[in-house]
Amino acid sequence: MNKVLLIIQREYLTRVRKKSFIVMIFVVPLLILAMGAVIALVAKDSNELGEKQVVKVIDESGQFAGKFKNQRNLEFEYTKQSYAEVKAELLKNENISALQIPADYTKNDAVKISSKKKPGITIIEKVEAEMNNIAMNNGMLKNHIDTAILRSIKSNISLSAVEITETGDKKTSLGANIGVGIACAILIYLALFIYGAQVMRGVIEEKTSRIIEVIISSVKPFQLMLGKIIGVGLVGLTQFSAWIILSVISTKILGHSPSSSGGMMSALAVLQTIPVGKVLFCFIFYFLAGYLLYSALFAAVGSAVDSETETQQFMFPITLPLLFTYMLSVTILFRAPDSPLAVWLSIIPFTSPVAMMLRMPFGPPDWQIYLSMALLVLGFLFTTYIAARIYRVGILMYGKKASYKELVKWFFYKE
Amino acid sequence: MLSIRNIVKQYAGHRALSDVSLEVKSGQVFGLLGPNGAGKTSLIRIINQITAPDSGEVFFDGEKLNQSHINRIGYLPEERGLYKKMEIGEQMIYLARLKGLSRDEAVRRLKIWFERLGMETWWKKKIEELSKGMQQKAQFVATVLHEPDLIILDEPFSGFDPVNAEIIKDEILALNKKGATILFSTHRMESVEELCDSIALIHKSHKILDGTVKSIRNSYRNATYLVEYNGTALTFDGKQPFEVVEAKEGSDNDNTIKIKIAENSTSNDVLQYLLPKVHINMLQEVIPSMNEIFIEQVNLIR
Repeated sequence: MNKVLLIIQREYLTRVRKKSFIVMIFVVPLLILAMGAVIALVAKDSNELGEKQVVKVIDESGQFAGKFKNQRNLEFEYTKQSYAEVKAELLKNENISALQIPADYTKNDAVKISSKKKPGITIIEKVEAEMNNIAMNNGMLKNHIDTAILRSIKSNISLSAVEITETGDKKTSLGANIGVGIACAILIYLALFIYGAQVMRGVIEEKTSRIIEVIISSVKPFQLMLGKIIGVGLVGLTQFSAWIILSVISTKILGHSPSSSGGMMSALAVLQTIPVGKVLFCFIFYFLAGYLLYSALFAAVGSAVDSETETQQFMFPITLPLLFTYMLSVTILFRAPDSPLAVWLSIIPFTSPVAMMLRMPFGPPDWQIYLSMALLVLGFLFTTYIAARIYRVGILMYGKKASYKELVKWFFYKE
Repeated sequence: MLSIRNIVKQYAGHRALSDVSLEVKSGQVFGLLGPNGAGKTSLIRIINQITAPDSGEVFFDGEKLNQSHINRIGYLPEERGLYKKMEIGEQMIYLARLKGLSRDEAVRRLKIWFERLGMETWWKKKIEELSKGMQQKAQFVATVLHEPDLIILDEPFSGFDPVNAEIIKDEILALNKKGATILFSTHRMESVEELCDSIALIHKSHKILDGTVKSIRNSYRNATYLVEYNGTALTFDGKQPFEVVEAKEGSDNDNTIKIKIAENSTSNDVLQYLLPKVHINMLQEVIPSMNEIFIEQVNLIR
């Protein structure tokens, strides 16, 4: 046991001391923040025009003159000039466009907008909306419909979701649930892959550098495998803890600064509708248990090959259930977190880490969580047993192209 | 020290060891000889408990081999290797601690060894920064740092330049003098005669020869002698107490003959026969070298 501790210590320290590890701790949250900021900016700006645009309206129908409403960075000018005259102006200034409205404007593609640059989608959409509005108003006036009454009966309903619990009603936010669920599923998926692959690479490193024989003349192969898996797992935990602490600190700072937007505060308020503690606990559990399950398999793969390039054929079946659940989760399952498919996937050990984390914010029944956890623990005991039997033979095999048949043979080898 | 009894090891396609028994006495330098693929490494792995035999037993100091013996064995595998990206000092300490040494003790001993082998400046270096010979030296230190009672070396001299091979050889002998039993495998026969007290020859999974180097060589004596004399080249009429195997004529009447002494005769008879005829410079018994015995035995089995 003492030797396993030594191995854990080495595996942990050599990884944590690496510069790349320390850089990752700070860079990843910054990247996520930057990405969020970019997305927010893009989302906010895509509907706005960057520069002031002038639209010269050549109205031959006489239906639209004087009815366009100016908007931010978008101005309408009515002109009696001919298109040819306006065109000369367009060529000089690319922020001017010409809108030609012929007398029979209702015909398809009759209305034309032209400018030196290709007209942007935003302008086209806005002009279209304006014109439709004006045309509709004109039509209603013609038919003696009172637009004021129409506007007053137009409804604008939005639902507020409430979850009933025994302690009282609670406002829930479906958007936040979906967001947190998908984020958890993606994180678990990535974490299982990243740290599983680290275990595999570690095993291959020991094999190719040939130190393996020295080590296993001191410890049993199983001890080495266990030490490596636990060591790398602790590295993962350290990484996540650092990220969680960093994000808590940064939200605290942002939350207190006067410049913080209302958006941030409302996001925090929404998060409070989710059982954060429970989700966090389950995240740690599913990360650890799922990691133990998969990393054992990754270790077995590492032991069976001589270099990383040979891992492909074995990696595929291992990663398939994970990839499959992940793809389903982010596309379909989040819409129906209590569907039979989602429930089954969250109970079967190979898929449960991703699937259950997706369901977590929606509050799945406790018995399903317990069943899923118990099966996952059984699952990792099972894969560790199988992996250890392949590993102990594989690490001493060189130059032999391992096939599945070969692996089965190794499994049945006596000591 | 080590008693290997009727070991059988079968791999999927072939038999690595069939019914091999060996005795290694405490304090010996024991050579495990055999051509490539004979089963030497399989046997060594069994002694190191890396693999287990299909049948047969190994006894260490009278006890059945078990995990508690691991710390008393030092092993240098044929395929050398260390963690490439780890600092050498830290790595040596790690390996020694895996063999049950405390950190402080490992550091203390490592300093002594590094000083002795001129490696003081390597402490903070990474393995990948060292030359191959330097890596080998470091690995040798890692093998013996925990002062094992039994040191197992698989092809210890391969990869060393002659100077370092000599240093390592001296270190091995020094450790042996301090009481360590040495078991090493090799197919380089020169080192065998120089180092080994006893040997075992393994070929095609069978042990075909074992015993002390002296007794083996003696048993291969076949009354062959080399005689160097000065005088006109002799002609023989068949009455001489020996048979001429080979005759070589040198310059200035220097002649060499290789002879096989007839049964019931001795070297003294040869001298008596030759003395009146020529001036004798040398008479030497030709004992086959381990190399010759090795080749003869291996060819016999083929």
